[in-house]
Amino acid sequence: MSSVRETLRAELGAAVLSARGEGLDSVLVLDAGAVPGALARAQALGCNVLVDITCVDHLRWVPAGRGTPSHPDRMPRWELPKPPSRFKLVYRLMALDAGQGAVRERLALECWLEGDAGPASARSLWPNADWLEREVWDMFGVRFSDRPDIKRILMYEEFVGHPLRKDYPIGKRQPLLGVDDGAAPAALSDEELRPSPGGKRP
Amino acid sequence: MNATATQRRTYLLNMGPSHPAMHGVIRLLLELDGERVVKADAEIGYLHRAFEKQAEDDCWNNVIPYTDRLNYVSPLINNVGYCLAVEKLCGIETPERCQYLRVIASEISRVTDHLTCVGASAMELGAFTVFLYLMQAREVLYFCVDKLTGARITTSYTRIGGVKADLPEGFETMVHDAFRKVREAVRESDALLTRNRIFMDRMRGIGVLPRATALAYGVTGPLLRAAGVPYDLRRAQPYLVYDKLDFEVPVGSQGDNFDRYLVRLAEIEQGMRIVEQCLRDMPAGPVRSSDPRLLDAAEMADAGKRGETGRLSGSDADGDPTLEGTGERFKAGISAPAPDAVLPTKERAYGSIEGLMNHFELVMWGRGVTPPPGETYFAVEAGNGELGFHVVSDGSRRPYRVRVRPPCFFNMAALHTMLEGGTVADIIATFGSINMIAGELDR
Amino acid sequence: MDVVDSELLPGVITTRIDDAVGWARKYSIFTYPFVTACCGMEFMSTACSHYDLDRFGAAFPRFSPRQADVLMVVGTISHKMAPVLRRIYEQMASPKWVVAFGVCTCTGGFYDNYATVQGIDKIVPVDVYIPGCPPRPEAVLKGLMLLQEKIRKQGWKGQ
Repeated sequence: MSSVRETLRAELGAAVLSARGEGLDSVLVLDAGAVPGALARAQALGCNVLVDITCVDHLRWVPAGRGTPSHPDRMPRWELPKPPSRFKLVYRLMALDAGQGAVRERLALECWLEGDAGPASARSLWPNADWLEREVWDMFGVRFSDRPDIKRILMYEEFVGHPLRKDYPIGKRQPLLGVDDGAAPAALSDEELRPSPGGKRP
Repeated sequence: MNATATQRRTYLLNMGPSHPAMHGVIRLLLELDGERVVKADAEIGYLHRAFEKQAEDDCWNNVIPYTDRLNYVSPLINNVGYCLAVEKLCGIETPERCQYLRVIASEISRVTDHLTCVGASAMELGAFTVFLYLMQAREVLYFCVDKLTGARITTSYTRIGGVKADLPEGFETMVHDAFRKVREAVRESDALLTRNRIFMDRMRGIGVLPRATALAYGVTGPLLRAAGVPYDLRRAQPYLVYDKLDFEVPVGSQGDNFDRYLVRLAEIEQGMRIVEQCLRDMPAGPVRSSDPRLLDAAEMADAGKRGETGRLSGSDADGDPTLEGTGERFKAGISAPAPDAVLPTKERAYGSIEGLMNHFELVMWGRGVTPPPGETYFAVEAGNGELGFHVVSDGSRRPYRVRVRPPCFFNMAALHTMLEGGTVADIIATFGSINMIAGELDR
Repeated sequence: MDVVDSELLPGVITTRIDDAVGWARKYSIFTYPFVTACCGMEFMSTACSHYDLDRFGAAFPRFSPRQADVLMVVGTISHKMAPVLRRIYEQMASPKWVVAFGVCTCTGGFYDNYATVQGIDKIVPVDVYIPGCPPRPEAVLKGLMLLQEKIRKQGWKGQ
């Protein structure tokens, strides 16, 4: 019996941009438009559990060396693949054999989004997608196409911005009440944070 | 008297976020028809502490203290899960003794998690004595955890590539004594609750989560097992040394509160059984005889600074009791041979230039553990179910993204199905049995 | 406490009202454990048999702010929770005291980020700070004893 991954790959054809990983770490990278159909098909093929929906923001995805400029030759320079766009959505699925409690298969479906436009919601397939998509909206601002009235889940509605985006400074507070001690600076850059030779922080 | 037509409407009641039975902070919006819950909705996020954002702001190893505070009743499991995920990314395999240590730590943590859950839910139903007994049992386990890791709750025991320290002297005896007390407490609680008419009436058939609903919501852990699905990651996808250990996975049938309670009680016993097997079967640790080459730690540091490194190579430093188990003798057992991830011991750092440079490369500014670029997902069996860590590395010394797949999140998403149709009083019983931990739910 | 045993009426203790009230209040603390996070575990440990808050008279939690004296803020307060905390504080009747339990409530702890209030003293006035992450039960008891001392000194007039 061929796996869900192989079947999906065969059925989706050109919508599968790439595949990587093997066994329980299998990943299929899909076209964003093909995702809802692929999810429905995966469920029909036996992926009964939606394990997770998450997002990765590739705004700061630049090759990072290690160490200081004084030792350029000691730094392994990684060749990072250039991301096609900023946001990548990851849907993690699992085919669980409920009788035995055995994991038949695990599959992750990834898609690169255009701007922050996400695919249609997966709520009708798995009810937990509701909260997961709300979290992706709350943290990343990825809008699912058939959820215009999506609500935040972890932050309060008065909060402006999407905190897990790479351009949201970690220390920027928006207090609902109390003293706004947030003349807290935006996240200091690596240069600013480096201890000066005298040992004092800037 | 005229019989006037009465209008029947539902009543919106807000429960929480500050409510004694809402362990931590959750807000339940209930639509009530008299005492019956017609609709229930949970609002979460009251303890959102930005774990995922914070993880992007600090080094790979520095994320470990933040993981302690995820599911804070079983912190060691979170530590282990995160480190296993990062080690998978780095391609590091820890030695066998280290794996046994991690299993021991995880299982003790699991036992404390279940003790707290059962105790707190019993307290809410009025069984305060059971709460006190189980908390006392938890206390003796906290003493063991304190001895092992240095802290009772926020342990930060694991490191990428190993654990902080080996078992302290006398740990085994301490654990056996502790387990004796825990078994006694569990036996007494069992005697007080399991056949108790009131307890059974309040828990049997209440808060039912059928199998299909549980799977649809991605629920895992004791809730899924109580519903009849024997899914346990330690069996389904064994990690560490769980495939060598003999333990049972308790499975319920009704998916109600009572089954969840029984599953947790059974898992406490199985957890203790696992730890006892580990202590018996783990590869022998280093011999703790008094060694003529034993050097006082302060003396070692001074000698190193003076350059008398000849004395230091091969010596063992006798340091602060809080650093017990971190010396050179223990290193091979507790850490992987991965110099790009694991700190060298003090004897090496002070005693050789290679050790010193190794230390610098991991600790100094701009350096640290740098997993190769890539992403991976690793899941462990936490107290509440499948705790997954999706870590993304861009090759730098800071994580690019750490996503926690929190088991509580899914249990809470399914909560409304368990509450609807029941009464307000049943909310207390049901909510206690799902073991909602806000630290994990909201991160 | 100023105790003068009256010679006229043996077996009768007389004292000033201030001291008496201070003494009574300090040994009958009704806490409102506003538990949010990990510190709650240490609060439970402190309240239970081993460390036992009951011997300080502070065992019974009162989960209604109207009935409680001491608001023990246990665990991190996020910005979403802040209005709730303020409201609970305002609902409490005088005399009332606030204990910041755990470093997250003292200064925000190591959660210096967009979600966390950097110390509850930005929202409510705090009487005793108990730092620690989480504070050991012994530290909690020390904090409680400091609070008792404060309560005793305030006597009849309260704040």
